[in-house]
Amino acid sequence: MRCLVRRLVIAAALGAAPAWAADPPTVPDTLVQRIAACTSCHGEHGEGGDNAFNPRLAGKPAGYLVRQMQDFRRGLRHYEIMEYMVAPLTDDYMREIAAYFAAQEIPYRTHPVPSTTPAAMARGEQLVTRGDTARGVPACTACHGPGLTGVEPDIPGLVGLPYDYISAQLGAWRTNTRGTVEPDCMATIVGRLSDADISAVAAYLAQRPVPADAHAAAAGSVQPPLRCGVLGG
Amino acid sequence: MTRASRLLAFLALSFVTHAALADDAVERGRYLATAGDCAACHTPRDGAPYSGGRVVATPFGAIPSPNLTPDRDTGLGGWSADDFYRAMHEGKSHDGTSLYPAFPFTSYTKVTRADTDAIFAYLKSLPAVRRPSIENTLRWPYRVRPLMAAWRAVYFDEGEYRADPKRSAAWNRGAYLVQGLGHCNECHTRRDSFGAPIDDPFLAGGIVPVQNWYAPDLSMGRHGGLAGWTEADVVALLKTGRSRKGTAFGPMAEVVLRSTQHLSDTDLAAMATYLASLPERPAPRQRESAAGARELALRGGTVYTERCATCHGADGRGKGDAYPPLDGNGSVTDPTGINAIRIVLSGGFAPATAANPRPYSMPPFSQTLGDDDAAAVVTYIRQAWSNKAAAVSPGDVRAYRSTPGS
Repeated sequence: MRCLVRRLVIAAALGAAPAWAADPPTVPDTLVQRIAACTSCHGEHGEGGDNAFNPRLAGKPAGYLVRQMQDFRRGLRHYEIMEYMVAPLTDDYMREIAAYFAAQEIPYRTHPVPSTTPAAMARGEQLVTRGDTARGVPACTACHGPGLTGVEPDIPGLVGLPYDYISAQLGAWRTNTRGTVEPDCMATIVGRLSDADISAVAAYLAQRPVPADAHAAAAGSVQPPLRCGVLGG
Repeated sequence: MTRASRLLAFLALSFVTHAALADDAVERGRYLATAGDCAACHTPRDGAPYSGGRVVATPFGAIPSPNLTPDRDTGLGGWSADDFYRAMHEGKSHDGTSLYPAFPFTSYTKVTRADTDAIFAYLKSLPAVRRPSIENTLRWPYRVRPLMAAWRAVYFDEGEYRADPKRSAAWNRGAYLVQGLGHCNECHTRRDSFGAPIDDPFLAGGIVPVQNWYAPDLSMGRHGGLAGWTEADVVALLKTGRSRKGTAFGPMAEVVLRSTQHLSDTDLAAMATYLASLPERPAPRQRESAAGARELALRGGTVYTERCATCHGADGRGKGDAYPPLDGNGSVTDPTGINAIRIVLSGGFAPATAANPRPYSMPPFSQTLGDDDAAAVVTYIRQAWSNKAAAVSPGDVRAYRSTPGS
């Protein structure tokens, strides 16, 4: 090891890439090396792509991440490249991969926030923080945690996500290209939102600053107002 | 011992023996159903094993698979062992109508009555699941079932596997599995315009309809798709999903995952013995590379050094068990270029088998390589080292951009 470090230092000092850096004789026996197919789009630490469609995985609760892989495999959540990618994996391997990304601590990227009207922003804030009882829509915070950072082990955080990703996911529930085990409470809730509501929620969430402590809240710290299959029904 | 107690003992013993035999048949049936990969079509992605409803896409329309659980109304509950044998052996449903050959009865006809009965016993042992069948979406005229009579007359040779006494027991076992339950010929073949496999030469490879992967020629002889493979390489691929010569991906990864990894070493070795006896192939006629292929390959060499050489090696020999060699890899040099294009675009994991539970993977390059660069690097690997396959064009790459699934 020390020899390796010395060679690295010498190579760096000479300003030349060491020959073996491009062609290492052995392959590291690490999970991160094994899951290059994941990290090439989601980032080595799951920080997410610099775009709206390769979402951040770092710090998301492990149960949630496993569920997404299983839902892609079962054809409940549709995205062709992900359905293809998880098809040859076992539940055990999925759990290991999920645990890796769940444990990553990495600063959040900032994403551009679309311009919107104050009225839409107010509607977004209302839906996210208080809900709309008249339409049977609970506040996002009721399940995703008071700080919207998610709840262990199954509920994802909603902060630090780009506008396009959030609106695409809510739209996917609407068009039945994203689903999960019954009762699919997110499908129920999205069915009660108008198109304008979806834009408003996505815009409000996208502009909301990520709190200093973005860890998911402790298991059992929220009492979901609906029965959800992902939370054991 | 009194007569009565002797009778009782006899009855008890015969009951135990009968139950043990039944258990044995169920267990044998489970193994045979695995060898036949029945679950590939009959187990839905999101539902109970063998409860059907998975849609088999064909060039003629979609055919949903029926429910094989013993539910009386929607499954095999009303079927007898004779009905089941007739379906497997003759390709006819228990009401006498002809089944469509999406159900590979052209292969399953070779399965023995005893094995068919065991599979039936296993299916009968499953929990009954109510799942009504879905109508197919076959286009006219293919949806006219009576036309199947003509198809059968031309293409279907009914008959159980007949052992070749001049060959070893292992060879015959391998032939039985490959030609029968394994139904390898359903993918590893070209098909004519009526969807029938072209069997001469047998297992000579072809494009898998709709899924658009290239299932390679399985001859291990000269100019064969598996030339240079040993029987041990074949067993390794079927058992672990990877081998010294290449890795299973796409539809074959699923076959390994669900079916072949669970087969006994003896059966896998027998299949390899049979494949090793497939005849050598004629030397391929080299498809002429399009104009500009040389420049494309040169450009591809640069892409390869930047993106691929770390894992697959500048010499194309791969890295041990982690990354397959590209030099001499039939998936790289297949006649169409489809597999290399699709793997470059979609990457993916080797199947997570019991022997390789945490497989290495390849990143998808669809988001980072344009059609020109992808065509360049695929052309490069098809012509570098000892590889001598035709170039692919950016248009070829574009054709497969939207089909990452298997």
